[in-house]
Parts: sequence; structure tokens; C-alpha cells
Amino acid sequence: MPGHGRISYSIAMSKIHIPTPLRQYVGKQASVDVAGSTVGEAMNALVSEHPELRKHLYTEDGKLRAFVNLYLNDEDIRYLQKEATALKDGDNISIVPSIAGGC
Amino acid sequence: MATTTEIPVTLNKDEILRYSRHLIMPEVGMEGQQKLKAARVLCIGTGGLGSPMALYLAAAGVGTLGLVDFDVVDYTNLQRQIIHFTSDVGRKKLDSAADKLKAINPYLNLRTFDTRLSSANALELFREFDIIADGTDNFPTRYLVNDACVLTGKPNVYGSIFRFEGQASVFATEEGPCYRCLYPEPPPPGLVPSCAEGGVLGILPGLVGVMQATEVIKLILGAGEPLIGRLLLIDALGMKFRELKLRKNPDCPACGTHPTVTKLIDYNEFCGIRGEEKPVGNGVPEIQVEDLKRRLDAKEDLFVLDVREPHEYQICNLGGYLIPLNDLPKRVNELDSSREIVVHCKMGGRSAKAVAFLQQAGFQKVHNLAGGITAWADRVDPKVPKY
Repeated sequence: MPGHGRISYSIAMSKIHIPTPLRQYVGKQASVDVAGSTVGEAMNALVSEHPELRKHLYTEDGKLRAFVNLYLNDEDIRYLQKEATALKDGDNISIVPSIAGGC
Repeated sequence: MATTTEIPVTLNKDEILRYSRHLIMPEVGMEGQQKLKAARVLCIGTGGLGSPMALYLAAAGVGTLGLVDFDVVDYTNLQRQIIHFTSDVGRKKLDSAADKLKAINPYLNLRTFDTRLSSANALELFREFDIIADGTDNFPTRYLVNDACVLTGKPNVYGSIFRFEGQASVFATEEGPCYRCLYPEPPPPGLVPSCAEGGVLGILPGLVGVMQATEVIKLILGAGEPLIGRLLLIDALGMKFRELKLRKNPDCPACGTHPTVTKLIDYNEFCGIRGEEKPVGNGVPEIQVEDLKRRLDAKEDLFVLDVREPHEYQICNLGGYLIPLNDLPKRVNELDSSREIVVHCKMGGRSAKAVAFLQQAGFQKVHNLAGGITAWADRVDPKVPKY
């Protein structure tokens, strides 16, 4: 895009991997590409686009639920800068909720 | 890892032949096979994960295998619980499993515990084993197994499955994280569906259970890199395996530097379950299947609403109007609030939520069919298939 080169690449595009139980809320997709410069922004873009997903991931006061973990690539964001963790193009975010099945 | 048994074990001529494919590998060898024979592994559950785990551990020559289960084999188990045969339906899972394991390996010292694992018996039980393999199917028992492993210092070989997805790891080793480092708290009841509600691909517990058996063997042999501090995610649909880093959380209530879990607690309460696991939505008006049958036969004006999924409707239905629970909010205008409505699902859990939702939306004559179409099949029409 001529004339816009200076800013057009400032927002990173990441891929969010959706676990099977939650795919029904994102049109059955296994992953969703979103724009956002932090994990929090990317997640916000995801739940804005797929509002039914929000209550499964966040409490009513907007906190990430305790049985849902977010990973940036292979690292738990609790050990990075949590939802303020910066993203770069091509990063992979994984939503890893607890599952208990075994029978 | 070293087992606690100090008595040297030896293999007889038959055993040497039986395990020859192990013995000729330097990673196992005679020493490794003796370690396997000396090892004591406790499998919690003989279901989907427990079946392949127990079969392979017995075949591999694990000397002492403990099994904990209180359940009876039923027809819906056979699609995945391969230790149980059709002829075993109605038998205790422990008896059924014992027959197969003894037939595979007569040298196995099998110890069966016909009980539900609980806070009252877990510590005593775990102390008699070296490694605990978790093949349970619910959150309270997951946390119980983890905490009991941390308290007794036994590694927890973990596997968990849902539909097409699995997780595996090794928790509660001295240096590694535990299950609570990963998930400090369980989800509220009802939010995460169980296999009975959500289904599970029959092969998946095989895949994950065999991974657990592999980790058990590696821990015994002290070989390779166990899944300590790593969470393996298995997506059977995409056949993709991903690995995430797990860290030992210094603030972990179970294994952190200042643990608050110093004894076993009431895990049903911890997981928000009071008493027996009742379907959510107690308190909504209910109708029994016999009453529904009588009123339908009398041609009363009743509207039957089915809130299951379309693929469940294909298995069996009562001719009800189908709106899956998740679609109900956006399709509620298809319903006539002046008519009396009976809502049903498979067992009564989802329909109770639907009734609560409809009441909030102003519907006043709405009832939940207690026990769902399963109760109808049990008590009204045995021709309706159960699933």
C-alpha cells in the first residue's frame, strides 16, 4: 500500500488455537487468525468476533477463568507478562482448558 | 526411578523367553526387566485409559499392578474399554480386567481394590505403590489423585481425554510441577462436559492410555525423557501433537514452597459438587416420564421441546421440536409461551438449563422431563434405543 508503509505492519497477526470443546462457538474452526499487539488484545479480538466464546473463557468481571490457561507458543503466559505479553507476527496462542475425561 | 523394593528379583527361564525382545535392547536389558518386575504400579480406573494401560503394563512385565475400580461393565463401555468383552457386560470391571491380565501374563501380581478412591483411602493405598497412573474421568478424583501423589511423593502419570483431544503429562515428581501448578482450580460443575455428555472417539483413550503406559515404563527404567514439566496436547482429528512447557509454581497450594494442602480434603466440595453428582438445575419444575406418557396418550395439549443436538435426534427421539440448547437464546421466538411445554434432553441436565432459561424469558408453563429420553427408554418404551 503506497504511502502507508510506515504503519501498516505495526499490528501483529497471530493464530489462536481453539480446543475441541470450544470450536462450536467459533464456527467449528480449529484456529482463528486475529490482529493484536498483546495476548490480551488478540483474545479480545477473538471474543469480540465470537461473543458466545466470552463466558467460557472469562468471568463476568472480565478475568480469565482459573481453569483456562493461555500459552504463547510453548510458554504459559502466567510466566511471561500475562495478558500484556507482546505479540509478533506469526505467533501461536493456545487456549488450554482443563479436561477430565478418561472413562 | 528407583523402586522401593530392595529384594533382588530374578527372572526364570520362561520369563527370559517371554521378555526376550526387551532383554536384547540395551535400554532395558536384564537390569531393566528386573526393575519392571520389582515395580508396583497403581492404575486408578479400568475404563478407557485404564484398559490399554493395564494391558500393556501387564504384558511388559510390571511385577505388581494395582487396580482401583468400583464400576460394572456396561454396553456403552465396549466401544473403547478394550479390556472388557461383550460377555463381560454386567460383571465387575475388576473381575473382567483380572481375567484378561492374568491370561496375558500369569507372572503378574495383581492387586484389586473394589472401592471408590476417596480422601479416606487414597494415602494408605498410594503408599503401597511406586507410581500412580491416573485413568479417572472426573475433576474431583483428578485433584484427589494429584494431592495424594504430592503428599506421598509418588509420580502421577496423567492422561485426560475429551472427544478428539487428549492431554498427557507426568506430575508430582520431586523436581516437576503438579496438576495444580497447571490448573489451580477446577471448572464449575456443568461448564465442562463429561465424556458421557460430550462423547469421545473410542480410539483416543487407547492413544493416550498407551502414552501413559509408555511414561510409566520409562519412569521405572529411568530411561529417556519423561513428560515431566511438559504437557503433550493430542489432536486426533488433525493428528497433531503439540508440547507446552509446564513450570513448577512456587505458589502452588499443593507442591509450592508454602503448601496449604497438607492433607486430603473434600474434593466434591472443592469442585462445587454437593452430595452425589446431581444434574444442574435442581429446582426447576419437573415431570416424570410416566406422567408425560399418560398426558400424551390422553391427547392433552403439550408441546415437547428437544434441546439435544441434531445427531442425537437421529439416534432416537420422541417426535419433539428440536432446538439445541446453545441455539435456544436466538430461536426462543419459535416457541409459544401460552402453551404448556415439556423440555427434554438425554438425561435431564441440559433440559433443566433450558427450562431455567425459558422461565427467565417469561415462560410460565414449562417443565423438565426428569431423566430425559433415557428414562423414557427405561420406564416407558424399551424400543427407544439408549446411547
